[in-house]
Amino acid sequence: MSEKQPPQHAEGEPAGRAQQPTPAAEETAAIVSVDTAGGAMEPSAVPATAQSGQLPGGPDTLLRKIFTGSGMVSVLAVLLALIIGGLLIASTDKQVATTATYFFARPTDFLAAVWNAATRSYIALFQGSVFNPRGNGLAAQFAPFMETLTIATPLITAGLGVALAFRAGLFNIGAQGQIIVAGILAAWVGFALDLPMGLHLLLVLVAGIIGGAFWGGLVGVLKARTGAHEVILTIMFNYIALYFLRYLLNTPAFQRPGESNPISPILDPTAVYPQIFGSQYRLHLGFLLAIAATVLVWWLLNRSTVGFEFRAVGANPKAAQTAGINVSRSTILVMALAGGLAGMSGVAQVAGTEKVLTDGVAATYGFDAITVALLGRSSPWGTFAAGLLFGAFRAGAVQMQIQTGTPIDIVLVVQSLIVLFIAAPPLVRAIFGLNPRRRKPARPAKSREAATTGGAA
Amino acid sequence: MAGVATLGASALLLTACGAAPEAGSSSTAEASDYTGCIVSDSGGFDDQSFNQSSYEGLKKAETDLGIKVNQVESKTNNDFEPNLRAMVSAGCDLTVTVGFLLGDATKAQAEANPDSHFAIVDFGYETPIANVKPIIYDTAQAAFLAGYLAAGTTKTGTVATFGGIKLPTVTIFMDGYADGVKYYNEQKGKDVKLLGWNKEAQDGSFTGDFEKQDVGKQLTQNFLDQGADIVMPVAGPVGKGAGSALKEAKAAGKDVKLIWVDSDGYLTAPDYKDIMLSSVMKTMGDAVEAVVKDDKEGNFDNTPYVGTLANDGVQLAPFHDLDSQVPAELKSELEQIKKDIIDGKLKVESEASPKA
Repeated sequence: MSEKQPPQHAEGEPAGRAQQPTPAAEETAAIVSVDTAGGAMEPSAVPATAQSGQLPGGPDTLLRKIFTGSGMVSVLAVLLALIIGGLLIASTDKQVATTATYFFARPTDFLAAVWNAATRSYIALFQGSVFNPRGNGLAAQFAPFMETLTIATPLITAGLGVALAFRAGLFNIGAQGQIIVAGILAAWVGFALDLPMGLHLLLVLVAGIIGGAFWGGLVGVLKARTGAHEVILTIMFNYIALYFLRYLLNTPAFQRPGESNPISPILDPTAVYPQIFGSQYRLHLGFLLAIAATVLVWWLLNRSTVGFEFRAVGANPKAAQTAGINVSRSTILVMALAGGLAGMSGVAQVAGTEKVLTDGVAATYGFDAITVALLGRSSPWGTFAAGLLFGAFRAGAVQMQIQTGTPIDIVLVVQSLIVLFIAAPPLVRAIFGLNPRRRKPARPAKSREAATTGGAA
Repeated sequence: MAGVATLGASALLLTACGAAPEAGSSSTAEASDYTGCIVSDSGGFDDQSFNQSSYEGLKKAETDLGIKVNQVESKTNNDFEPNLRAMVSAGCDLTVTVGFLLGDATKAQAEANPDSHFAIVDFGYETPIANVKPIIYDTAQAAFLAGYLAAGTTKTGTVATFGGIKLPTVTIFMDGYADGVKYYNEQKGKDVKLLGWNKEAQDGSFTGDFEKQDVGKQLTQNFLDQGADIVMPVAGPVGKGAGSALKEAKAAGKDVKLIWVDSDGYLTAPDYKDIMLSSVMKTMGDAVEAVVKDDKEGNFDNTPYVGTLANDGVQLAPFHDLDSQVPAELKSELEQIKKDIIDGKLKVESEASPKA
């Protein structure tokens, strides 16, 4: 969350460009075209026009705005979602319902109950995700934070995959399928092969990444060769992966000997990620790999020629092509990389936390990853921070349920509200009166007008 | 105080106008130190299936035995271990987990916390664990009765069944149902056909999940088109899809019937009362409550509870509104078969039957 402030030319873009190796004439042209096409925009957006691959680039599209909204909007969206979530929590609370029956007799009771219900839940959320002061010793007190990191691990890597594709102009909804295919391969290597310590885990990791990269790359190839839309491709590939997994789990090769439940054998001890801080926490090596992946994606996007090509294609594929960038190659490569990153999530699942393969191996991480990438505005460290936030929500939800009886669905509602507000920045700006163009007209109609015509901001 | 209340009442919402309770008059429920907890699988406590039944059993124990109850729903398979850990650290005496997917997580927590007790519904371990009590069901016995009933009631000579996902806990219903139909054919020299499940091949019709009611509806319409008039969906809430297809067929003048599973559908799915022939019930709520009661009294053991016709763990529900459509002769035959199964004269076997 630290790098939310400068929305326009963030992350040292100009410096990155200056360091481009051998800035040939074509590349300079590409830079210029990128900049002029974007105008005041960050050259990392996803214009809707880019998705066909051939249409002329439009500088100011809705998708671009959603993916590159200012950091302030992200913060406000989270805040707003928490407030509304608090009201929802209060509305499900028994004490609130009781005090509401005599609201007019003693309104303070009602208001206190609302406040109590919301704060109790959020305190439980905090205690379940960051620090639990009632824990027995420092180790137990920080256990919730470790849990947050554990749950954040697959969210971060899958989110990076989605973010990377966003930057190249591709709306990758396929993280779910990529995680599943990676999970299948990684799990199979994990339980079927018998290899020495170290090598086994390495092979599990490689198998998972290859699986994800294959599934993502396939989408890239189909799009580059045929022009098929990646949204449709990735959605369908998700289904194919899921039903293929279900089929496999009904075959003896993927079942435990003597059992017919669709659940794989447990992975060998040599095939699972070691736990970083011992067995009391679930936090595993996958988290360090997620950090490494974040650094790698940052470097790729901001310091490498390939990443520059991705961004150029994302900003305006036609201009990029004119400037000599191979758009097809970029599409295939970026989807394979995105798939590989999602594949790391699959490995984190089967080798990190679950240690078995079931048809729920991907949980909802593939779809949450889209949210995470959105919230992180498709920047590597933004995605990392958003992954941590969502990990915290998920980890805290358990305590919230147990301590206060708040249904887990409320947490999911809060998450969904965040997405809603992020996807509609004008709405958030209107609510907080941040919309500069809408502030000038006469006061009375302000909020309504802003909400209805917000698309222009 | 009352004056203020009246003032408010005259002006606004009636519901908001009760008198405020005197401060400090909080009710003190009789407290028990015993805490019973439950962790659902991803179906949640409103799945109209085993999560719900187990949860209701624990809630019943809360009122009957005065225990404290903690519950936590899992949204995905990833939630199992954190949820179970949280339950143990919340001081649960007994934690009920639901479904085979929680098998590994329950085992891990049970071994790490030998002083805590666990019970797992619908799953048994090959090697018993000292502090885990499996609650399992020989559902095929009751489903056998349902199959016989269906075969004896059908007008078209064709009955059907389908499942949600091909799991042993689902196919055991279908195996028993298939055997019931077969037994009827053998006894009566009839040829009632069964659609949707082949016991020998262990294969049949499935909707693919326990959520998509429209798929259940389509499947049921297919069965109706093929001449079936009685359908038993083994798919939790997807059964409602079958119910609505059958209701439409009934509205169109066909004589069709539904057999519900898990709970008495006449009570839990009252929309389909008028076509509800019977239900194959697993009385999980009672079993969970019994296990809690035993544990509270210090009588925990890890021998599996196996629900059978003999101990009323599985039952064929009453016929309710359709009672008149079941011939008295068939009723007495069903009684006899039930007796034979309990006595062991009639063996009902399924690959998915509990091995114990």
